[in-house]
Amino acid sequence: MLLIDSARSLPQSRATMAPAHAHKSMRLPHDLPLDSGQALSGVGMAYETYGDLNADKSNAILICHALTGDQYVASVHPITGKPGWWEAMVGPGKPIDTNRFQVICANVLGSCMGSTGPASIAPDGAPYGMRFPVITIRDMVRGLVALLDGLGIEKLHTVVGGSMGGMQALSMAANFPDRAERVLVIASTARHSAQNIAFHEVGRQAIMADPNWNGGDYYGGTGPDAGLAVARMAAHITYISEEGLTEKFGRRLQDRDAKSFGFDADFQVESYLRYQGSGFTLRFDANSYLYITRAMDYFDLAEEHGGKLADAFGRTKARFCLVSFDSDWLYPTAESRHVVHALNASGAPVSFVELSAPYGHDSFLLDVPALDRVIKGFLK
Amino acid sequence: MSLRPDLAVIAQSIPRGTRVLDIGCGDGSLMAELTALSGVDARGMEIDAEQVERCVARGLSVIQGDADRDLADYPDKSFDVAILSQTLQTTRRPDLMLDQLLRVGRQAFVSFPNFGHWRMRACLTLGGRMPVTRAMPVTWYETANIHHMTIKDFNDLLALNGVNVEGCWFFAHDAVINSAGANWRAEYALYQLSR
Repeated sequence: MLLIDSARSLPQSRATMAPAHAHKSMRLPHDLPLDSGQALSGVGMAYETYGDLNADKSNAILICHALTGDQYVASVHPITGKPGWWEAMVGPGKPIDTNRFQVICANVLGSCMGSTGPASIAPDGAPYGMRFPVITIRDMVRGLVALLDGLGIEKLHTVVGGSMGGMQALSMAANFPDRAERVLVIASTARHSAQNIAFHEVGRQAIMADPNWNGGDYYGGTGPDAGLAVARMAAHITYISEEGLTEKFGRRLQDRDAKSFGFDADFQVESYLRYQGSGFTLRFDANSYLYITRAMDYFDLAEEHGGKLADAFGRTKARFCLVSFDSDWLYPTAESRHVVHALNASGAPVSFVELSAPYGHDSFLLDVPALDRVIKGFLK
Repeated sequence: MSLRPDLAVIAQSIPRGTRVLDIGCGDGSLMAELTALSGVDARGMEIDAEQVERCVARGLSVIQGDADRDLADYPDKSFDVAILSQTLQTTRRPDLMLDQLLRVGRQAFVSFPNFGHWRMRACLTLGGRMPVTRAMPVTWYETANIHHMTIKDFNDLLALNGVNVEGCWFFAHDAVINSAGANWRAEYALYQLSR
């Protein structure tokens, strides 16, 4: 294991817009075997830690991030300058209390904040681009487990994740049943539905239809920012409830008193989505978006275990807690219940609660006091 | 910790190491007692999200769910004991609920308020109004109790469905009373059942 400066793996389009950053990173000593049958060598895992590991290394909490998240869970994002993405939940005295726990959060395999992904330099000296192997959620978890090995952490106090992070937490419980004592899964699912896959495909097609995508070979030049922005806009709609959108924007016009009879962003909701889309291109690599959405679409934990979800959890002794939100239509409560039933059938100790929050899928990132209480209680 | 008398009897009657499902577990008092007292592997189901939160905060494994709907998802005999305390009268179909309890659990503990208690009868016969008593303190339009039954009614249902009574306890003034004239004297009853 050695610490490496992975700044050079930043794609040029982002690197030219923001100063290069040295992410804290660990190079894995072994090749990482992948579900596709391939293996990746020289994998770097970029990560952050918060709080101190105790003497017997029993207080580590691994937080798994969502599709476009990263390791900056409770510290300033080096590109956007914004606070950590879960700073309300993680920190001294917060529900995930860094006075008590050491919190570890790593950039997942395939992403673009320092961990090895399609923007990284392949052994031949050029960026992988589309030569990067297609990865799965289980491959991401293999990367995380290898990182834990490197950090000398045999058993996590808890593995936590929302959305795609929840998929990783479930996958870890199923495939590495001895690595976590508790598994906390928020607003997630054990399989991607047709609707989930469909939305992702819209995003991927938007990226690949951008002439600047150039078959994924755009590093050093202009990236497919327009396509990536559209992908983000489409996805962003799925993260918010209809009620949330209506409440936030309604049919209000943006900086004008009347419709323009043109195709400018007349409505506030259009302006907001355009802002979300263009801001996203500053911090995310389009190829990573393709690879990670693919990994999510391939995710079906039951399929990995002979078609029966309960069998996926046959070997774990962990305690589980699942949380869903009543306004989340991306991974609705029924998906969490599906997992809970499987855990019940396998005899695993499991708690489940559907919380009421108006914000849709993104509720897990926003101010929902009941979620604070559930997480705090489960970690006790 | 002081448990309601029917729950205390249940806690005393469950052997060590038993797998228990407490349906309508509320804030988890019974589960906590069972876990602490006798190393019971207790799981709960509760419809109210805030109560589930409290249970999770106590380190208990509780699923938010509606027993009328979600009990069907548990495998056969996945528990040694299924508990339904003071809740049967609130379910949509008590007879089907009883079937589910005895499918999911090898045994079931069921407690319910006895509508045959003399105060109830007096309220209805002499007062001409639906009873509001210490044991059933909520008015007819607010009560969650949608199926009122007496101990005799319950016995009839058990006989009709081939359910065995392993034990029964009757309560008045929060103490166990003997079974003589229980349908007049008991405010509520607890049954240990099997099939």
